[in-house]
Amino acid sequence: MAISDVQEYTHLTDEEVEQLGRELDAIRKEIEESRGDSDAAYINRMIRIQRYLAVAGRLTLLLGTQSKKTRVPAAIAGATFLGLHKILENMEIGHNVMHGQWDWMNDPEIHSSNWEWDTAQPAEQWKHSHNYIHHQFTNVLGYDNDIGYGILRMAREQKWHPVYLGQPVYNALLASLFQWGVALHDLDLERIRKGEKDPKEMKRQLRQIGRKGRNQVLKDYVIYPALSGRQWKTTLAANATANLMRNLWAYVIIFCGHFPDGALHFTEEELEDETRAEWYLRQMLGSANFNGGPLLHIMSGNLGFQIEHHLFPDLPSNRYAEISVKVRALCEKYDIPYTTGPLYKQYGQALRTIIKLSLPNGMTSSDQPEPPTPSRSRKRKSDSERPSRIQELGVWSRGKSTERQAS
Amino acid sequence: MSGTIPWERVRRAGSKLTTPLLPDDYLTLLNPLWSSRELRGRVEKVVQETDDAATLVIRPGWGWRYDHRPGQYVGIGVQVDGKFQWRSYSVSSPPQRSYQPGSGRTIAITVRAMPEGFVSSHLVGGLEPGTIVRLALPEGDFVLPDPPPEKLLFLVGGSGVTPVMAMLRTLDRRSAGNGRAMPDVVLHYSSPTEDRMIFRHEIERLEEKYDELTVHKLFTETDGMLELADLDDLCPDWRERETYACGPGPMLDAITEHFEAADLEDHLHLERFSLDLGGDGGEGGEITFRNTGKTVEVDGATTVLEAGEEAGIGMPYGCRMGICHTCTLTLVSGKVRDLRNGDEFDSPNEPVQTCVTTAVGACTLDI
Repeated sequence: MAISDVQEYTHLTDEEVEQLGRELDAIRKEIEESRGDSDAAYINRMIRIQRYLAVAGRLTLLLGTQSKKTRVPAAIAGATFLGLHKILENMEIGHNVMHGQWDWMNDPEIHSSNWEWDTAQPAEQWKHSHNYIHHQFTNVLGYDNDIGYGILRMAREQKWHPVYLGQPVYNALLASLFQWGVALHDLDLERIRKGEKDPKEMKRQLRQIGRKGRNQVLKDYVIYPALSGRQWKTTLAANATANLMRNLWAYVIIFCGHFPDGALHFTEEELEDETRAEWYLRQMLGSANFNGGPLLHIMSGNLGFQIEHHLFPDLPSNRYAEISVKVRALCEKYDIPYTTGPLYKQYGQALRTIIKLSLPNGMTSSDQPEPPTPSRSRKRKSDSERPSRIQELGVWSRGKSTERQAS
Repeated sequence: MSGTIPWERVRRAGSKLTTPLLPDDYLTLLNPLWSSRELRGRVEKVVQETDDAATLVIRPGWGWRYDHRPGQYVGIGVQVDGKFQWRSYSVSSPPQRSYQPGSGRTIAITVRAMPEGFVSSHLVGGLEPGTIVRLALPEGDFVLPDPPPEKLLFLVGGSGVTPVMAMLRTLDRRSAGNGRAMPDVVLHYSSPTEDRMIFRHEIERLEEKYDELTVHKLFTETDGMLELADLDDLCPDWRERETYACGPGPMLDAITEHFEAADLEDHLHLERFSLDLGGDGGEGGEITFRNTGKTVEVDGATTVLEAGEEAGIGMPYGCRMGICHTCTLTLVSGKVRDLRNGDEFDSPNEPVQTCVTTAVGACTLDI
């Protein structure tokens, strides 16, 4: 089922693949040239809101819990503010800044080279495991560790073992301890298991994780509770709740990126001589979006536009919505699947896969959609079948030809 | 005052509450100047000097050291179309070592809008008071020594007057405030026209105030450029003076030639705002950018910064001439050579200035 050749899978000709690549390059160029003041204002606004949320959360917990009357509402409000602050920081700010989406501003305080995010994973390791490994080798079996993170079996090609029977439980643990799962991600558990990991590198990474993780734990579970005096238990519980909130949310969003039905896997043959245009095609076939309003997209770091994010990981996230309109049109034009759906449905599909793949393949059926058949015949089309051409722009367009003819 | 409170320790303790950020990142929510993470300043006043030049009075934030020497320049970064653009300008105000009640401490830079220079135009015409700018600490060797030489000659063209103005103001303040003698100063100031002469009125006031100060004005649009052969008439004892020259490149070239011919180059001090790449380039090699795994093969003349930009990496940059250190990145492995002096850097995890270094063989950068 995993795909060894994206071009063959999509039935596109060499020329069509190259043309698609050029059209995507043009979208990138257009966004790059139009980045400006309003984009800079956007990310600065996000950062300001996130920091105000952090201050509001900490103060509410420190002060509001001291009186018996306000204790419960303060704990609830404080945990909510903190949870939102962590979600916003991790998803819309940290993840995207570390991708270099805001490097163009040349602002040393909002730059991929030195951003440190508010989670246990050290930025340096994240940039390797995520920006490089996952984004370069997206969904290629044996290369991309994000296919199950070395813990879950997420592709039918991954060999079954009785240990996977516990997969629903591992999944629940991963969801609730997500920041720690992410923290260990770059260690590459699979390579450690196989004894392929350089012990010196492993020690260095563990020390780095230890340092970062210790500071994170101290902050939420020792220092702020201690500052709350007699109300330390309330603050501790609220902080743990905030972390859990962030963990569950980040987990759900991230599992909707590549695990819903329709997001495909690839074999390493695909990587051989892969052109830039084929890489684009693999990103489109391997990613899944979800629908929602602007607030949902901000809180999920605009990863509801996972396809657009994978095509252009370093373009500013606030522009993905407008990019998605163009990418979708291209998918229709080239008859390429564009996987999307409501959040609950996308996550539901991922969860179904987790449960199904805990069993051997023979006991379950695949939910992956059938590959697109060459629906449109590849033979030369007659003029009446061809889309009309906008003469002055030299581009192909679908539909609306009647309108144009009329005018 | 600050000696009694160990600020650095307070800050470190505070960072346990704000990790992975610094307390500064939250304090800037209250006042944008309350951060020493990046040097910054607030534009307090924009004073129009001529039609195309303005003085920006800037109040620096935390971490600024007010110990610039008269004649030095600072880097200033302003956000234009969302992007920070860096330029360097001489400080025109004299150093303020002590706090002045009421006014606080500020620095002033004077900028002339260059045709097609969109940053300088923005600085002169587009900055509202209250704008927050980034700053880089003062640098430069074009400085007035303390005590000053007994006899001085300033050769100034156009906006090259700014570092010299800082020197004159310093001499004035020392003389007025501390009663020290004004040295014997000759200022030769070329400007296209009288209207475009920056600090014209202030220089006239100083000339009236001090017998020791002689000012020659030359309006080049009507009277032509300074001929150095005329220096013997304008300032017969120029050979006995320490000379400070600042102005357009061709003017400085002619002055250098003239002083070299007289075997007096040791007494000539120049300020040029351009990169002098005296050192040899590296051998070139393959540069790897760690976070994306992108690599690019470069020759020995291409700087690491240019190589990164070519590879599509969002490289940080500033002055692009080795002054402001905005472009500094960590060299993970390999070796780079500084184009200015041939210095080599090859310690692992060493910070290097990408705008003035080239690869010597394969190297990897942390970005």
